[in-house]
Amino acid sequence: MANEHINAVIEREYTPGFTTNIESDTLPPGLDESVIRTISARKDEPEWLLEWRLAAYQKWQAMSPPAWAKVHYPEIDPNSISYYSAPKSMADKPKSLDEVDPELLATYEKLGIPLHEQAMLAGVAVDAVFDSVSVATTFRENLAEAGVIFCSISEAAREYPELVRKYLGSVVPVTDNYYAALNSAVYSDGSFVYIPKGVRCPMELSTYFRINESKTGQFERTLIIADEASHVSYLEGCTAPMRDENQLHAAVVELIALDDAEIKYSTVQNWYPGDAEGKGGIYNFVTKRGVAHHRAKISWTQVETGSAVTWKYPSCVLKGDDSIGEFYSVALTHNHQQADTGTKMIHLGRNTKSTIISKGISAGQSSNAYRGLVRMSPRAHGARNYTQCDSLLIGDRCAAHTFPYIESKQPSAVIEHEATTSKVSDDQLYLCQQRGIDPEKAVSMIVNGFCKEVFKELPMEFAMEAGKLLEVSLEGSVG
Amino acid sequence: MLKVEGLCASVEGKAILKGLTLDIGPGEVHAIMGPNGSGKSTFGHVLSGRPGYEVTAGSALLDGKDLFDLETEERAQSGLFLAFQYPVEIPGVSNMEFLKASVDAVRAAQGLEPYDNVGFMKRAREACTAVNLSHDFLKRGVNEGFSGGEKKRNELMQMMLLEPKLAILDETDSGLDIDALQVVAAGVNAMRSPDRSFIVVTHYQRLLDYIEPDFVHVLAGGKIVRSGGKELALELESKGYAWLEGAA
Repeated sequence: MANEHINAVIEREYTPGFTTNIESDTLPPGLDESVIRTISARKDEPEWLLEWRLAAYQKWQAMSPPAWAKVHYPEIDPNSISYYSAPKSMADKPKSLDEVDPELLATYEKLGIPLHEQAMLAGVAVDAVFDSVSVATTFRENLAEAGVIFCSISEAAREYPELVRKYLGSVVPVTDNYYAALNSAVYSDGSFVYIPKGVRCPMELSTYFRINESKTGQFERTLIIADEASHVSYLEGCTAPMRDENQLHAAVVELIALDDAEIKYSTVQNWYPGDAEGKGGIYNFVTKRGVAHHRAKISWTQVETGSAVTWKYPSCVLKGDDSIGEFYSVALTHNHQQADTGTKMIHLGRNTKSTIISKGISAGQSSNAYRGLVRMSPRAHGARNYTQCDSLLIGDRCAAHTFPYIESKQPSAVIEHEATTSKVSDDQLYLCQQRGIDPEKAVSMIVNGFCKEVFKELPMEFAMEAGKLLEVSLEGSVG
Repeated sequence: MLKVEGLCASVEGKAILKGLTLDIGPGEVHAIMGPNGSGKSTFGHVLSGRPGYEVTAGSALLDGKDLFDLETEERAQSGLFLAFQYPVEIPGVSNMEFLKASVDAVRAAQGLEPYDNVGFMKRAREACTAVNLSHDFLKRGVNEGFSGGEKKRNELMQMMLLEPKLAILDETDSGLDIDALQVVAAGVNAMRSPDRSFIVVTHYQRLLDYIEPDFVHVLAGGKIVRSGGKELALELESKGYAWLEGAA
């Protein structure tokens, strides 16, 4: 009975699924050195960056896609993808928002991300990335007053080459994995953040990624550097139109938290998940990692509801003594979605601490896996980890898996792992209904309750949005 | 208020209720007693619309409205309340959030505005006090880690806030010590009114010392085999059920 209810709730509508009709400058599908040279030239990149890309491309050619994740999808032909697509109107690099194509602004408006500062959420600066280019970055002047740099990574390579050159690829090496190498070769845009020493960033920074053009991949690159004793909270959101084809999104995010700095990175990922039969949707293959120096703290919070296939492990390298890593995750899969997601906590320094709270929700015929590594190095005296990994099943055709990897080479380190699996039961739904609550509302209430520990880590506006997103995602899961 | 006629129902293909007829007037308290497996709890769940409980014949009208035409939540919104024998836990959903959603849904169905948060909080606290539950229970997950007695009192607290027309108490006395029993009984008695009726399902006469019924029915073999006043409960206490089971 509950299953019938649940299936009806999950027939969801994907509201960001519209397409923007805009003239784009799109490279033909295929990948070779000339494509990389073209991307680099379009972005007026310095010579060293082109060399870096080409070196990555060389290495990538000898690599193969990872096969260990619990996800299944047809092999992706890298030559079937276009690696660069930008709205034509962006070719002249508009100087201000007034010069930006109104069609583009309307797209973000429709997604609930108005780029005109007066209409924006107070206290949130936005970098809007459309296919392969950054459309606009708001509140830049206000941020500049505090010495904060927030711009597209293409611009950063031109304006702040010494910072980019020093840190790009320093956390996620070019050869880390197949998709990271591919990203290094062809990345098109993304955000760059630098917070100077001792500065607390005066507003939330956020990037909104939008894939629009068909047959393209999005390869964004984000680099966040928090200098000593600084503090920043960064959010990212993602959506794409509904298309029958699968599109590849292979991003790399690198975080550097220098001594006593703190970076809080939150993601609400709502890429198009494909239709009820599993047709279409984004392949979300992402490498995210941060390095925390002495007493620094890196906190990842993610709410993953979209994408056909997700392969993503935001990780922390706890390099400095007394550094802290946190990972809070809600991953919801429905219909034929597949997710293999989790984190790595690499404890190198003494007295380092990490916390992992993972909540996986599976509905429909989906598969949801948590995969996490906790590693205590020989130097990590007094290090601690606490992991809590909960799975919630909705219906009887979905799957939940947990793959914890624990490696300790330091006897004084303490590692705790707790895991539970539960179901939204017929009895819970019945109790709610007997109290007058309709089954759709009941399921969303039960799921929200399950996710509470993670939602409370999100900045306020995002916590509300995440709650609503879950409601929409579960629509049709009962009925 | 409630008119049940010739009710037959089965669970997983097995006939449990076999022609149950019962008439409950406004303000009346009816006790339903009977041996294990006679269908007492099933009766409550059939009225409230538990998934998997299939009505095969008969009717049940609440204030003239056919309950079996309504979804489970619509029956609740029409004023039917069932206090569960074994209330389930809903981890992470606070009692307060659950209660507010419940009361708002029932009020909305009646065309009433939802309570404002402050006003509702005050009412919820009063209801807690009335059933001797600490206000902290409002912040805890629904039934999460509650003892058996706390769960029962939590059910009663919800009944107070929902102010139903017809409340069915399914063995609310089981597992309660004598003090808790008195608290529960006092709560029910305080709720008695000329326009609210109760069905009290119990194994033991003991509860009826505290909640005095207008009528006592014996359910055996899926139908009512004997009805009487409160003295029938005393008779059952001394003679057991065996002498009645032949009548089914």
